[in-house]
Amino acid sequence: MKHLFSGAIAAFVMANAAQAADVMRMAVTTSFNNSGLADVLLPEIAKDLNLDVQLLVVGTGQAIKLGEAGDVDAILVHSRSAEEAFVEGGYGSHRTEIMYNDFVFIGPKDDPAGIQDAEAATAALAAISNAQASFVSRGDDSGTHKKELSLWAEAGLDVAGFGGWYNAVGAGMGAALNTASGMPAYIMSDRASWLNFGNKGELALLYAGDPVLFNQYAYLPVNSEMHDHVKNDLALKLEGWLTSDRAKALINNYKINGETLFVFNAKEAE
Amino acid sequence: MELFPMKACAIESRRRGQQLVGPIDLTLEGQGATVVIGPNGAGKTTFLQLLHGTARLSAGRIDWACSTEEARHHQAFVFQRPVMLRRTVLENLSYPLRLRGVSKAKAEERARDWASRVGLAQLVTRAATVLSGGEQQKLALARALICDPKLLFLDEPCAALDGRAMREIETILQEAKAAGTRLILSTHDLGQARRLADDVLFLLGGRLHEAAPAEAFFNGPETPQARAFLRGDIVE
Amino acid sequence: MVDIWSGITQAFWLVLTLDAELFEIAGRSLYVTLTALAIACLISLPLAALIAVKRFRARRLVIAVLNALMGLPPVVVGLIVYVILSRSGPLGVLGVLFTPAAMIIAQVIIIVPLITSIAHQSIRDLWQEYHDLLISLNVTQSQKIRTLLWDSRRALLTAALAGFGRGIGEVGAIMIVGGNIDHATRVLTTAIALETGKGEFALALALGFVLIGLAVAVNLAIHWLGQTEREGRW
Repeated sequence: MKHLFSGAIAAFVMANAAQAADVMRMAVTTSFNNSGLADVLLPEIAKDLNLDVQLLVVGTGQAIKLGEAGDVDAILVHSRSAEEAFVEGGYGSHRTEIMYNDFVFIGPKDDPAGIQDAEAATAALAAISNAQASFVSRGDDSGTHKKELSLWAEAGLDVAGFGGWYNAVGAGMGAALNTASGMPAYIMSDRASWLNFGNKGELALLYAGDPVLFNQYAYLPVNSEMHDHVKNDLALKLEGWLTSDRAKALINNYKINGETLFVFNAKEAE
Repeated sequence: MELFPMKACAIESRRRGQQLVGPIDLTLEGQGATVVIGPNGAGKTTFLQLLHGTARLSAGRIDWACSTEEARHHQAFVFQRPVMLRRTVLENLSYPLRLRGVSKAKAEERARDWASRVGLAQLVTRAATVLSGGEQQKLALARALICDPKLLFLDEPCAALDGRAMREIETILQEAKAAGTRLILSTHDLGQARRLADDVLFLLGGRLHEAAPAEAFFNGPETPQARAFLRGDIVE
Repeated sequence: MVDIWSGITQAFWLVLTLDAELFEIAGRSLYVTLTALAIACLISLPLAALIAVKRFRARRLVIAVLNALMGLPPVVVGLIVYVILSRSGPLGVLGVLFTPAAMIIAQVIIIVPLITSIAHQSIRDLWQEYHDLLISLNVTQSQKIRTLLWDSRRALLTAALAGFGRGIGEVGAIMIVGGNIDHATRVLTTAIALETGKGEFALALALGFVLIGLAVAVNLAIHWLGQTEREGRW
């Protein structure tokens, strides 16, 4: 019985090793995956580089943890301070900016807090707070959640002091949007997740455009000095592709409902 | 291989400080049928189990003419309430043979033979658990006899059976005895005891009150308790 | 209601058009759970028989622990298996994290207590019934266990089906240790979680109905096998 069990494991290890030449694992955030961009990029990567990129779709916090443990070969996330700590800790060899998208404020169509004509993102948040209008927060320590917290702080408001209208749901973007749709409530989402979201209900995009809402994605290969089994060569190969003109064209031309989602801003790899 | 004489020396069974059986001294020779009689609660079941080796001796010892292990190999036990394996009649019969490494084909052949001997030939493919009480006890008896035991214990085998089933069981037992199987049978049915017994052991309160040849016992029991029991009085 | 109806129609079309992706993840669901079930049965059934017939000192403790583990949240199992199989964990060198093997390991851990507990109860009942006969026949320990396992096989089948049900519908553990990687470790339940997250309720429901259909089909198939056996023998 024991033999059978370890035999089964061995079989998988071997099966895994057999195709290992062109497989790498990358942890990405839910917002990136929900955008649908991955479905465009991955087949092209497979074609150009003969590289099968397996995506682990998790929150930024878990993506960083997976990278630190060496369970993935690279991460693609959007939380600058966490990324810098990751590189400083020696877990990542370097950080390469790839592209950015933006966050938007979603809310009930009738806009009870009146954020539609706000002058700045912080003003919109202040209006929600003043109206004590229901607001759904990711509350999961993700990149989006961290961004939201920093915006509240910039608006001079203390999340800890909020009343029952502020709902930290501790869930991914999709689940949080489902909650907001059901209440209905205000919520901050990345544009891509919102556009692809299939359960919009009474919600509408109410505010966007403040440069403070731009959301920078960065690519970080896991440091092979820390974990000698990671496929650093493949990670670098992918980085070269992600910063190439080919990726630039694909990313800049990716549209949902005619709207551009991402702006490529990588510097060509040297 | 000879099991007898068997010598039981001061055997006792105690459970939670209570004396169930013994001390009993007894020597058994190798022919015929010994019937253990006595009222309910006299310790008949425990006494048989002590001899068979499935109840633990609290004190005393039992010596067979061969090793205990070999003696055990040549014994079988039939319970008051037959234990039916959740299998077919045929599989119940072949089970003890299969345990002893007999091939499946051989075991089933013998099982069929025994099924017809005890009148169950028509029922071999039926589930044993759906048979009537009499059929179950006949099956249990055939299953006990299928390995040709030299010694067969039967604990009140007909206690819950009607007259016809009892007659069939007793016929099988007479045949087994004639074929040389030593029988030790407990009953509180005096009629059955008279029909089957060569020797009688009269048990009361866990003690062996009287051990005698059947004729002597039934014609002139020595102890007042045995006399009272034979009269049909309540004895304690 | 609209979602449920469109879920049903979508499920119908997915099956009818032999949707390749659906069949891939449904097949992987079956593969992972049936493999886990087979391994779990090899562990659970002898273990259940052993604690039913053998008196050892820690027996009561083992039973209590097994009963408690039945209620273990799969996500906790997932986390523990993740920590152990992670590259930084004790078994990291195996490199099985984010593969079906890791999912199988997690599911084995989740369903073994369930199968063992249910199997133990029926084997214990049977042992009480058979006790006097088997003792009298002087059976060896292994003969005893084989007899009890064989004669309680219908109850054991029920135990296995309960394990299958818990495995096939489980999402928390395999999400963590499998990673829900497309074409590698995505199964029905993790796909449902994913589509729910995207707000694609109709597709999520469709997958859910496929899952239910799959579970019903497996149950029927196994009962049908049991049925033919019953008719053949009895």
